[in-house]
Amino acid sequence: MSDAAELAELLGGEAASSDLLRLVTCGSVDDGKSTLIGRLLYDTKQVLVDQMEHVAQTSERRGDGYVNLALLTDGLRAEREQGITIDVAYRSFVTAKRRFQLADAPGHVQYTRNMVTGASTADVAVVLLDARKGVIEQTRRHALIASLLAVPHLVFAVNKMDLAGFDEARFREIEGELDTLTAQLGVGDAFAIPIAALHGDNVVEPSPRMPWWTGSTLLAHLEAIETAGDRNLADRRFPVQWVIRPMSDEHHDYRGYAGQVAGGIWHAGDDVLVLPSGLRTRVLAVESADGPIDAAVPGMSVTIRLEDEIDVPRGDMLVDPDDRPATARELEATVCWMSERPLQPGARLAVKHTTRTVRAIVEGIDGVVDMDTLEQHEAAEMALNDIGTVRLRLSGPLMVDPYAVNRATGSFILIDEATNDTVAAGMVRSVRA
Amino acid sequence: MRTAVHLTHLDELEAEAIHIMREVAAELERPVLLFSGGKDSIVLLRLAEKAFRPGRFPFPLMHVDTGHNFPEVIEFRDRRVAELGERLVVASVQESIDRGRVVEQTGPRASRNQLQTTTLLDAMAEHAFDAAIGGARRDEERSRAKERIFSFRDDFGQWDPRAQRPELWSLYNGKIRKGEQVRVFPISNWTELDVWQYVARERLELPSIYYAHEREVFERDGMLYAASDVVERYEHEVPFREWVRFRTVGDMSCTGAVRSRATSLHEVVAEIASTRVTERGETRADDRASEAAMEDRKRVGYF
Repeated sequence: MSDAAELAELLGGEAASSDLLRLVTCGSVDDGKSTLIGRLLYDTKQVLVDQMEHVAQTSERRGDGYVNLALLTDGLRAEREQGITIDVAYRSFVTAKRRFQLADAPGHVQYTRNMVTGASTADVAVVLLDARKGVIEQTRRHALIASLLAVPHLVFAVNKMDLAGFDEARFREIEGELDTLTAQLGVGDAFAIPIAALHGDNVVEPSPRMPWWTGSTLLAHLEAIETAGDRNLADRRFPVQWVIRPMSDEHHDYRGYAGQVAGGIWHAGDDVLVLPSGLRTRVLAVESADGPIDAAVPGMSVTIRLEDEIDVPRGDMLVDPDDRPATARELEATVCWMSERPLQPGARLAVKHTTRTVRAIVEGIDGVVDMDTLEQHEAAEMALNDIGTVRLRLSGPLMVDPYAVNRATGSFILIDEATNDTVAAGMVRSVRA
Repeated sequence: MRTAVHLTHLDELEAEAIHIMREVAAELERPVLLFSGGKDSIVLLRLAEKAFRPGRFPFPLMHVDTGHNFPEVIEFRDRRVAELGERLVVASVQESIDRGRVVEQTGPRASRNQLQTTTLLDAMAEHAFDAAIGGARRDEERSRAKERIFSFRDDFGQWDPRAQRPELWSLYNGKIRKGEQVRVFPISNWTELDVWQYVARERLELPSIYYAHEREVFERDGMLYAASDVVERYEHEVPFREWVRFRTVGDMSCTGAVRSRATSLHEVVAEIASTRVTERGETRADDRASEAAMEDRKRVGYF
């Protein structure tokens, strides 16, 4: 790259100002997910010579008979030995339009928790299907998880079209089943694309073997997804993460509340309600380390200074006085259980929500989702990878919104205080004060 | 005043990293930030400024010094720490050798790289550090792609890839027992190019060896090593002068140089953007040892 214009672009222009799209990819064991990711990396020229040499050598030594792009992503010794993916892997790639951050979630049924993990931060879920098998239980499971985790955009990559004769009728049949599924789940933005990841058809380059497909390639679709509307710009929420009090000669009276904006747009002069204390004040300044800024939006890590000298510790939340979250003592939540030890009513756990941690007792399990029918049935306990509805009683108040309204203030994790393990992902459904 | 309603990918990565640093400071008792003088840890220092200024850093900095580092980097390290007015702990591999904690390898292929693990773990125990913030990135190496941002280590400092805590939303679980540690990687999701773009955007100063300069080098296994009295040479390895720069900064015994005439930041970024070889593949001998070299080292406590 010697072109001066291209370099300027690299440093300050389009490439440096492109936005970040977070993806989660999921699919059943042999649907070719690693191959798809390898293909995306390879065809967008993210794979460098030494990585490619390594893959070619390993493919040959294993006797794969072809350059196995799946080896690009299966990083751990056990994965390479067993030819499977055992944990979430995170990769990045960049095109002229966008920077992608990809969470690669394994497809085994027992790794539902990994898909939940990957989906928690995703803007887009890419669900792989095998064109010969069509919509199977795993497809329904993955679409359900994406919808429960409120992943705003869903893409179905109908893979192995080469093994289905590149047949349009077969694709349309699957597309119809997917429409039914997404309607049932209430997914807003869903799209299906016929691909053959092994050969690269419709992944980055349009496929000459599917001339009937006039839609985007997978990559073009991902590049075009509009995410600006996915953030909650309406409800001002700011969990206080860290209090900056230098008490130096130069900054003797400085008191800044540092944190990441969880909702709304913050300006100097905005009215503020501090929760749970209920004190009212106003925003004196919104600052970054480089000085005052005129607005802070969700996702930004900033420092907010308040007009009045009031004591606001970590774990408090600054909010719009006219639009407050619920101050909850009891929660009803959708939970994905991630521990080998089953969850039983009466269990005591720690809840980490935004920057606040309280204790909880599981008052009851209202039901567990049957992954085949997507219906909830009664259950006495929740096993590893179960998704269900629980009621929690809290030792102290949490300031929450329903997860469907705000992913940051509606989500929490449960921690087993005996082992310190993260044992569940939780999403607030409704609240009792 | 700056208006930033649209977040670029660098803004998002920066905000995420700042959030992570503040979580470490708030949830762990005695964190430390690992600072080697390399570009990734220079970015960490900038992020720490963004997270905690005008206050002081709520943790000291620590350098695990192999004693075989580039003098230009050590000079830079000390100057940068003084400018920031923060505390630096130096954990010395030479001291570990002198105290008999580790045995130095001998011969032309001797490296102090692996010895760092013991020095790091000893220093963490000595200072009772329970969290070490480091500049590792997932794009560096295959096994890193699997690692969490809060990477839990047992009381032997070991990483078990099969027993990692799920990481959901931006809710990090920093709960540990006495003796256990977390390694925290705020720039996990950054790539080498992101780091360089950030260095350019924030106008960060780097040690001079990142820019092309003429120096005595010799060739081994297709890599150019700096000629120095800390790396023993085979007879056929005759040093010669060459224009080079370094893509990564590590111990002189395992860090290779690349031929380059890129003397400015713009020229370096242009080279990085057009390279066809990964950073570690090109210049880190320690990762070439076996297919899972990094994974194996991390399992026993390496960074």
